[in-house]
This record gives sequence, C-alpha cells and structure tokens, in this order.
Amino acid sequence: MSHLPTAIVLLPFAGFLLNGLAGNRLGPRFVSLVGCGLPIAAFVLAVLGVLDTRAAGWTPRIDDVYSWLVAGDNRFDVAFYLDRLSAVMVLIVTGVGSLIHLYSTGYMKGDKSYARYFAYLNLFLFFMLLLVLGRSMLVLFVGWEGVGLASYLLIGFWFEDPDKARAGKKAFITNRIGDAGFLLGMFVLYEAFGTLDMDRINVAFLAGAPGVSATLVGILLFIGASGKSAQIPLHVWLPDAMAGPTPVSALIHAATMVTAGVYLVARMSGIYVNAPEASALIAAIGAATAFFAATIAVVQTDIKKVLAYSTISQLGFMFVAAGVGAYGVAVFHLYTHAFFKACLFLGAGSVIHAMSGEQDIRKMGGLARKIPVTFATFVVATAAIAGIPPLAGFFSKDEILWFAFGSSRGGSGLLYATMATTALMTSFYMFRLVWLTFFGRSRMTAEVEHHVHESPLSMTSVLVVLALLSAIGGFLSIPHFLEPQLALPEIVPALEHYETPLLIASIALAFAGLAGAAYVYGGAGGRAERLAARFATLHRVLSGKYYVDEAYEALIGRPLLWISDRVFLRIGDRALFDGTLHGFAALGRSAAAGFARIQNGSLHVYALLVLIGIVASISFAWRHA
Amino acid sequence: MLIGLSAAIFALGLLGVIVRRNVLVMLMCMELMLNGVNLSLVTFAQQTATAAGAVLVFLVFVVATAEIAIAIPIVLLLVKRKNVLDLDAYTDLKG
Repeated sequence: MSHLPTAIVLLPFAGFLLNGLAGNRLGPRFVSLVGCGLPIAAFVLAVLGVLDTRAAGWTPRIDDVYSWLVAGDNRFDVAFYLDRLSAVMVLIVTGVGSLIHLYSTGYMKGDKSYARYFAYLNLFLFFMLLLVLGRSMLVLFVGWEGVGLASYLLIGFWFEDPDKARAGKKAFITNRIGDAGFLLGMFVLYEAFGTLDMDRINVAFLAGAPGVSATLVGILLFIGASGKSAQIPLHVWLPDAMAGPTPVSALIHAATMVTAGVYLVARMSGIYVNAPEASALIAAIGAATAFFAATIAVVQTDIKKVLAYSTISQLGFMFVAAGVGAYGVAVFHLYTHAFFKACLFLGAGSVIHAMSGEQDIRKMGGLARKIPVTFATFVVATAAIAGIPPLAGFFSKDEILWFAFGSSRGGSGLLYATMATTALMTSFYMFRLVWLTFFGRSRMTAEVEHHVHESPLSMTSVLVVLALLSAIGGFLSIPHFLEPQLALPEIVPALEHYETPLLIASIALAFAGLAGAAYVYGGAGGRAERLAARFATLHRVLSGKYYVDEAYEALIGRPLLWISDRVFLRIGDRALFDGTLHGFAALGRSAAAGFARIQNGSLHVYALLVLIGIVASISFAWRHA
Repeated sequence: MLIGLSAAIFALGLLGVIVRRNVLVMLMCMELMLNGVNLSLVTFAQQTATAAGAVLVFLVFVVATAEIAIAIPIVLLLVKRKNVLDLDAYTDLKG
C-alpha cells in the first residue's frame, strides 16, 4: 500500500469523471452513490494511511508518483507527503467533505443539474487533497488553482442568474490577485533553492543563511494566502460567494478551501519563524480582518452573509495565531472551525430549506419548535463558535487569545484586546442570529409558515454528527499533536501567571456576548431598533460593509474601465492597430488602382513600357558592371 | 561595326512597333527586331570563333516562322471582325 496517498487523491477525481461524463445518463441514484461513496472511500483510506504513518512513528510518508517535468537540472516531481500536518488536513477534508456530500444528497434533491453538482463537488475534493498532500509547492499550487476553479464553478452553479455568475467571477478574479503574489514567492524560492519541495525549503530556512530574504518570500506567500483565505484587502469575494448552494458554502467557503491560506502559512512555518516582520504583518492583517468582519457581521440580515463574515473573522483569528508563531494553534482553530462552521452553514441550509428559500433573518423567528433538530444542532455549533466551554471553539479560541497576549514572537496587549473584543462580538452576533432565527415571534408570511418542515434524515443526521464533533472536538489537542513538527512559541515568562485570569476572561466574554444578544434581541422588542437609530451613522457604515466594494469600484474598477475604453480601446485598438491595418489595406487598394490604369489594352503602351524596362535594366547593368 | 548595325536594326524595329498603328507593319517591325538580334548572334559567334551562336540563329528562325504562322491567322480573324488594321480599335480585348 505504498501508493495510498495517491489513491486518496484520485478517488474523488474518479468520481468527478464518472459523474461528469455519465452522471446524467445513469440517474440520481448512481450519482449519489458515486458522489458520496468515493469521498467516503477516500476518508477510509485517509484514516488507514494516518494510522499506518502513526505506526511508523510519524516519519513523513513520501509517495513519489510521477516526474512531471525534467529540463536540464530542473526537475519537478509530483509527490505526496503525509506528515502530522497533512494528516490533520486530509482527515478534515475527507471527513467533513464526505459529511457535506451526504447532506447534499438531501439538499440538492430534485435539482436539474444534480450530476453536475456532484461532479464539481468531487472535483473540488480532488484538488483540495492535491493541495494538502502535495509535497512540492507546484503540486500545492495546482491544487490551489484547482480549488479556485471548483469554487468558481460552484458559486456560479445556478449560472442562469447573472448575479450568481458575477459572484463566481468576482471570487475567481480576486483570487488571481493573491495568486500573483504566491507565484512570485514560488519563483523566488525556486531561484534560491532549486527545489519547491516544502519540507526541503523549511529545512533550508531553519538551517539558517538561506540566501533569500525570508521576509520577502513570507510576504509574497501571504499575499497568496490572503487572497484564498479572504483577508483584508482581498476579503470582498467571500460574502458574495454565498450565491452558491449552501453545502458549497459549508464545504468550500467555510471548512476547507478558505483555510488553505492558513495551511500554507503553517506548512511554510520554517520561513515565517525567520521572518518576524512578515509574521507581524500576518498578525496585524489577521487581527484587522477579524475585527472588521465581526463588526459587519453584527448588522447583516442575510443568514448566510452573517456566517460568511463570521468565517472571514474566524480566519482572521487563525492568521493571528500563525502571526504570533503558534502555527499548531492556528491549525487547531482551523480544525474546530471546520466542524462548527460546517454545522452552522448546513444548519442555515436546513433553515433556508424549511423557509422555502428565504434567507432574510428579519422574516424568520420562532423556528425552534418547528425544526427542533436543526435548532438544537445550530445552538450547539453557535455555542462552540462563541467559545462557551467545554465546546470545541472554546479551546481553540482561548489558546489563540492566550498566544496573542503572551507569545514571545509578537504577542501584545493590543493584539489581545482586539481579539478579545472580536471574540465578544463573535458571541454577540452568533447569538443574535440564533435569537432572530429561532426565538421570539414568527415574522413569516402565512404562506411560508404553512410550509415550514424539518429537513429529511440525510440532512439532519449530518447536522447531528457535526454538532457532536463541534461539542467534543476540542478535547483532541491538535497543537500538542503537531508540536513535534510545529513548535509552539515561548510564553514571555513575566506573563505566565496571567493564564488563569485570561481563561476566565474568555469564558466571561462568551457569556457576555450571549447575555448581550439575549438582552437586545430577546427583550420585549424594539431594543435593537432603538440601538440602530441611536447609532444611525455607524449602522449605515456597517450595513454598507465599510463601502469597500464601492471604494474598489471607484479606485480600481472605474479608472480601469476608463483607461480600457479611452486609451486601450480608442487609441490603442481602434486608432493604432485597426488604423495601421486599415492604412495598409488602403495603400494597397490605391496602388492597385494606379497600376490598373496602365493596363488600358493599348499594345503600344505595353511596348513602350517594355522599352523603358529594357533601357532601365541595361543602363543599370552598365553602371554596376 | 556589325554590332552597331544589329543594334540599329533592333532599335528601328522597336521604334516601329511602338509608333506604328498598323498591325501588319508592327509584325514586320518585330521581324526586324528578331533579325537585329540574329545579326548580333552571328557576329558574336564569328568574333569568338564558336559555332553555338550560328546554331542558335537557326533555332530563332524556326521559332520566328512558327510565331508568324500563328500571328497572321490571328490578324486575319481580327480584321474579319472589324475590318480595320488599326490596333487601337482592338483595345477592348484587354483582359
């Protein structure tokens, strides 16, 4: 079983081919079987592979598959690499991925493009596995671009709606900007080391004197990571990406793909350990993103948009952890986040399902009794993300806060204060979501209310499993597990005795958010509206998402359009290119018209011309003899 | 001396082709040009004491005869149509 990682990667690809080529002909039952069966098989193989690697004492398992390109001394191999970090990632990707595939069989039932949906979803899984298992950055990059493609295809899955197709395009283009940075980083690394194998690069950096600026490479790679993981200033695509089917939001835009940036930073930790400036930048961007996204989430009214901003905010948390050197903690939060955010998104999908497609939480309310399983699982996941002990989110978030405060590699009081405020807001907006959706009076129309129903077993069972994992997932200490590979930073000795007070503060923050939401949205009504009225300007700015999209439109979009139209189209294309070609054509035509006049049918003129020709050539020959 | 004569005959023929309008005269002038060339050929052959030039002249004679054998019937057909020998009447034949 030496090619086990290859098998894990290729199984979903086989699913893509089967469903993509033959799915429509073979019917939905076959599509479900292949679409869910192969990811589950991949999960089983992943478990086997991880157990096997553990039995071998966690020596990284390298699976050389194929020599992609050999040109002189340059060679690029396709090889898979299974160590502690990729073990965690591969289990998350195949495990949560399989669950979401199962859920999709219920959610997408009856869609006319059922086979296409599963083909794309399997394709995504294939590329994601390529991303997390690739040994070389080049393989990682192929996966990186591939998940971007799958994300584009799935965001624009219902492409008949131009808005959704546009959201897909926006995601794709925004990611390209980040990818440019990633590519440059790869070029620099290859130039310096002659290899793109990530383990070798890490070793070279850790050995010291790598001959290339770690800060430069670190920042370039982080630009790529910030595109994929929706960090400021490239975060604008993720909220729009909610146009895709909800399970897609859960799988791609919450649990797996958007965390690829975090994985990249953790994977290349050898670089960042040597690049304090780049790490500081990551922490700063992560903190800013976490904070601003949380403030926006507080006022959003679309159930999926709240979760989208929450995802951006949580990704910010992960980057803060990575920025202060606690890579294992970043992966820990990635892992718990995959459970509770997938559960939240799938719960939201179940709510939307029950509400006949309605996503506006102002038109919900009082759903707790009507869809009890969805409600229960949603509350568990909410408590987990809010950081209420002993659920999974509490452990990972508390560790992030602790390292943001005390890490000797960039922890500070300011960072802690920002993240603590964000944690408070997280708890607040998540419980606000719960209150508006499930509690209080129903604000539904009678028509919608009549149709409210609990989702089928295929969906609720997945919700239950994920809620269970969100509840107990935190007891598996990922940072401890990863420590031999990703060492945790030292805590500043003077701050060590703050650990217990901060732990209590974390718990207090989570409950404060809960209490705040209960007070504002649970009370006799009107409190939320009064607050919005009192801070009208703030409310408007937050609802407008800080007008980042509008600013991009004004600063980049419109000048680009103007330059394209005025300079490139009118001057460049029409005047220069078309003008030159039309000019040549006109020259040819007028010259031809002139020569045509000579051919007038008079033999004498022809003879005269022959004479002139002879005389001219003889005199020429005479002179140059 | 003979070269000069051959050049003069050739030039005379060319001039005739260019300035005269009568088709038959033009044909005759073309023969004049051919003969000018023939004269130069035999002259060169004699000057260099080789036979090739003289042989070439016989070839030219054969070709010229064939050419006239084609050209005269063409002229006859043209004249049959319009009853004029002036070549300017036939400019509508241009391709």
